[in-house]
Amino acid sequence: MANLGFVYALVGAVAAALFAGIGSAIAVGRAGQAAAGVVAEDASQFSKVLILQLLPGTQGIYGLLIAFITMSQIGVLGGSADMSTAKGLAYLAACLPIAFVGLISAFAQGNASIAAIGLVAKDPGQFGKAMIFPAMVETYAILALLVSILAIFAIPGLTI
Amino acid sequence: MSNQYIFAVARIRKKELELLNGDFMEQLLAAPGEEECLQLLYEKGYGNVGQTANELFEEEERRTWSLIGELVPDVKVFDVFRLQNEYHNLKAAIKETCTAGTHPGIYLNGSADPQDLEKILLERDFRKLPEPMQEPAARAMEVLLTLRDGQMCDCIIDRAALDSIRETAKASEGEILPLYGELTVAAADIKIAVRSAKTGKSPEFIKQALAECSTLDLTRLSQVAGAGLEEVISYLKNTEYADCAEEIRKSTAALERWCDNLLIRRIRPQLHNPFGIDPLAAYILARRIESKSLRMILTGKRNGFDEEEIRGRIRETYV
Repeated sequence: MANLGFVYALVGAVAAALFAGIGSAIAVGRAGQAAAGVVAEDASQFSKVLILQLLPGTQGIYGLLIAFITMSQIGVLGGSADMSTAKGLAYLAACLPIAFVGLISAFAQGNASIAAIGLVAKDPGQFGKAMIFPAMVETYAILALLVSILAIFAIPGLTI
Repeated sequence: MSNQYIFAVARIRKKELELLNGDFMEQLLAAPGEEECLQLLYEKGYGNVGQTANELFEEEERRTWSLIGELVPDVKVFDVFRLQNEYHNLKAAIKETCTAGTHPGIYLNGSADPQDLEKILLERDFRKLPEPMQEPAARAMEVLLTLRDGQMCDCIIDRAALDSIRETAKASEGEILPLYGELTVAAADIKIAVRSAKTGKSPEFIKQALAECSTLDLTRLSQVAGAGLEEVISYLKNTEYADCAEEIRKSTAALERWCDNLLIRRIRPQLHNPFGIDPLAAYILARRIESKSLRMILTGKRNGFDEEEIRGRIRETYV
């Protein structure tokens, strides 16, 4: 039972990378289909639609970041892996914001990106505006990332 | 949410830019003759330079279906759009078979070879026809051969076509295909009621001609159609098709135009829908209605019609 805390913490790290990564992979894939559709008709729009396609990919990076920080804090990447069950659960809880918000915001951002790609297809001059719509969704992924980071860095100082 | 049509809709967004808008239609209307209109269309990328009007429309229809064929895994999802041609060909084949006629150019593009169709009818082997066509074809042939009633024959096949369109559309995915089915049948019912009221058709004939649809009360419509045109108009004023009352009073052409404009208005929101089959269905309909307007303009110019007269017949554009 002594290592149960470590297991919980590791589950948290894995969940952050897993869910946010799944969300981004699906969303970037869907946006890629839309981008390919536009490029099939007008190859000159490649760079613009590529940027829009990549926007929902950031959640996967945030998830990876949280997974790395958590693993480095709990000793997976070196150092001691001993911790209490309560601390392990705290790490798990700290990873959840980016895991779930990452997953859902990636889907939402993917849909917004697809719509924005449609807008660029119609009027390439609207690229700047088109980028803002999916970028707005990023706010919530960043908020979740912040909460996860703050919580993870606060856990070592807790006496639990 | 399905990934199925994301690529297709993105391509269609680009293709929508090539659709003709109201300004271009005005340019065509202002052109002095058919030749000048064709020149403008060639410059716009329509058809191939040197093609006649009919060749141009055939080429454009081929291009539309070739594009759709690239975009969807199975083009059968849009079979509902082909049903009108299929039933038209059936009607033509019945008449050719019963009258032993050979009239070139009466068949439209369809899935069945006209000669095969005629052979099936000649041999009375109706089982070789698609299931929904079997019974109406047998009945229509019977009516034409025994009663020599061409109008009743048309009525049977037209009614079967409408039923088939509505059923196929209802079973289709998305919102636009079922909407197309409903509006096609409702528009046809309105036209039948108006025509019947003008020509004093019997209630039995009207009942037989009207096809089931959910936005019109057929019992009421057949009653008012038997009572007269004003009764038809006053009934329609209480339905969602109230706007057509004025057009009915104007002319049949105005009513036809109103029906197409209604469809265009109902599908126009698909210009902003990035997902699903609906934007593709809307694009096909937009192309079809665009062709109809172009045919009006070219025919009008060929026959020296006045600009205002042609303008009164062209449909609203999708973009």
